[in-house]
Amino acid sequence: MTDLIDILISASFWAAVIRIASPLILATMGELICERAGILNLGIEGIMVVGAFTGWLAVYQGMPLWGGVAVAMAAGMLFGLLHATLTIPFGLSQHVVGLGVTLLATSTSSFAYRLALPEVTSPPKIVPFQPLDVPVFSDIPFLGEVLFTQTAFTWFAFTVAVLVSLVLFRTPLGLAIRAAGENPSAVEAQGLSVTGLRMGAVIVGSGLMAMGGAFLTLSAFSSFFFEMVNGRGWICVALVVFGAWMPGKAALGAILFAAFDALQIRLQQTPLGADLPYQVFLMAPYVLSILALILMSRRAEVPAALMTAYNKGER
Amino acid sequence: MKEHEFRPTRRGLIFGAGVATLVVAMPTAPLWAAEPIKMAGIYTVPVEQQWVSRIHLAAEAAKAAGAVDYVYTENVANTDYARVMREYCEQGMQLIVGEIFGAEQEAREVCSEYPNVAFLLGSSFPPDEAANPNLAVFDNYVQDASYLSGIIAGAMTKSGNIGMVGGFPIPEVNRLMNAFMAGVRETRPDAKFQVSFIGSWFDPPKAKETAFAMIEAGVDLLYAERFGVSDAAKEKGILAIGNVIDSQADYPDTVVASALWHFEPTLNAAIEAINGGAFKAADYGVYSFMKNGGCSLAPLGTFEGKVPAEVMAKIAEKEAAIKDGSFTVAIDDGEPKSS
Repeated sequence: MTDLIDILISASFWAAVIRIASPLILATMGELICERAGILNLGIEGIMVVGAFTGWLAVYQGMPLWGGVAVAMAAGMLFGLLHATLTIPFGLSQHVVGLGVTLLATSTSSFAYRLALPEVTSPPKIVPFQPLDVPVFSDIPFLGEVLFTQTAFTWFAFTVAVLVSLVLFRTPLGLAIRAAGENPSAVEAQGLSVTGLRMGAVIVGSGLMAMGGAFLTLSAFSSFFFEMVNGRGWICVALVVFGAWMPGKAALGAILFAAFDALQIRLQQTPLGADLPYQVFLMAPYVLSILALILMSRRAEVPAALMTAYNKGER
Repeated sequence: MKEHEFRPTRRGLIFGAGVATLVVAMPTAPLWAAEPIKMAGIYTVPVEQQWVSRIHLAAEAAKAAGAVDYVYTENVANTDYARVMREYCEQGMQLIVGEIFGAEQEAREVCSEYPNVAFLLGSSFPPDEAANPNLAVFDNYVQDASYLSGIIAGAMTKSGNIGMVGGFPIPEVNRLMNAFMAGVRETRPDAKFQVSFIGSWFDPPKAKETAFAMIEAGVDLLYAERFGVSDAAKEKGILAIGNVIDSQADYPDTVVASALWHFEPTLNAAIEAINGGAFKAADYGVYSFMKNGGCSLAPLGTFEGKVPAEVMAKIAEKEAAIKDGSFTVAIDDGEPKSS
């Protein structure tokens, strides 16, 4: 028990929480925008792989780090365009298209990787984002270590969460996007294009997902591995539900999940770790998240038109 | 008609003698001077992965030497493994190398469908002479080198607190970790170990986070079973020990030594057996032992001179003992636990 308290009050634990949460927050915001507009984007896992790969490759080829982030975003938007075209004007099943995009994006990445680097024995490394050492602030005890040892990309991720929240709830554009996911006919009656709004949301959302993937190769680590996204995309789909389609709550959910993960890593190293099988610890973040989901989602309001295709003029 | 009558000419005689000499000389020529063996590699991960990269490297070397004609398929899902095996068998491959840890039963069925193809596969189970006379198994039994790397680790740690981050606790991982721990205890009997598994072979960010957590908990030397661990060590400026591949080039200031696996003896034994027509069910694991040249301790490189001389003397002594058979590193496949 004292082990647990020691962990929870240590600054390095909370610094790790924020590190682990950053890619999840970016991708969760991307998924949230799509779903708010009425489109479930299951291409997220593959789009994150594309982002991780293209962002890393761009930097490896000599682009600056932020250039890599931009490349990742553009590549993600391209796959977003594919997803959007198939699900919105063509109105195909969002589940099938989403999984298809994930498969296509993942395999395209490995194919492109092999084309770009046909003969390597160990994946090449880049110089990733370094922790920002903000003078004065980083000397604040506790908070300094938690907040001011993070990379610029982490700050960017949290800024994106705030921006998404502002745009969705404080601008006419956000209102229109949310309406497209609640009652598309009403949007049409206002003279706005449901197709345009939904496509824009999916494309921008996919760009954010790809940046979430790029975080893994440009900030959390320094080289690209095929399976390194490792299910994080699926976690983000769950986090959107967990956050009841609200950006703030979803970001909190990402932090909570990251906290469970950082905790289990540390608990494995306490005496408890020698007694319990390691699988129990690995499972813990997911089990705890499911429990939290049950408690949190009771009053969730699902976007009413989520997963319903909109055909203009159809009753 | 007389002109066309067969009459031995001088040129004909010389040519005939030449051919006869070649035929007579054949059996004494190098083993793979004749036709290269048609060989296929089937891997469930990309060839960059540490473990598979050693197999790939050995195969490429054999190809360059003209012993085999090597093609490979990487990133094959376990559920798809049998299909790829069949495809290569249908193409007339003579030797198939790969890993069936996640597809044991199905893969062994394919082996019995193609009795004329030789299979050399990484497997957790022993060979089965009766069911699959054409299947030999191997694994990276590099415990000898891991043990030696442990001796260095024990000498280099100051706090005596060592962290180990692994993927899954399967025999091949456990065996090396246990041998490493035994080596550490040679030079640091009171060493404490922190052991964690991340439940994934490919999640360097997670391996790195786990390593960070260990460093926070006071670990001052890391055993880098996964990619990502050495990065955490480098960032925090503590030492690390590499595994299977030599990673010192990427981390010149932090990776002290690495236990290397050499697949060449395993592959060459299989090639010899095939050329001699004697390939049969066997456990090729022994070809990874140090006395067979299957593993070694990587050169100290940037750490030359930084490891105490008496420790290096001890390693040389143990290495000699392992090679002449007077000392055997215990093979312990049990899951290592934190102490």
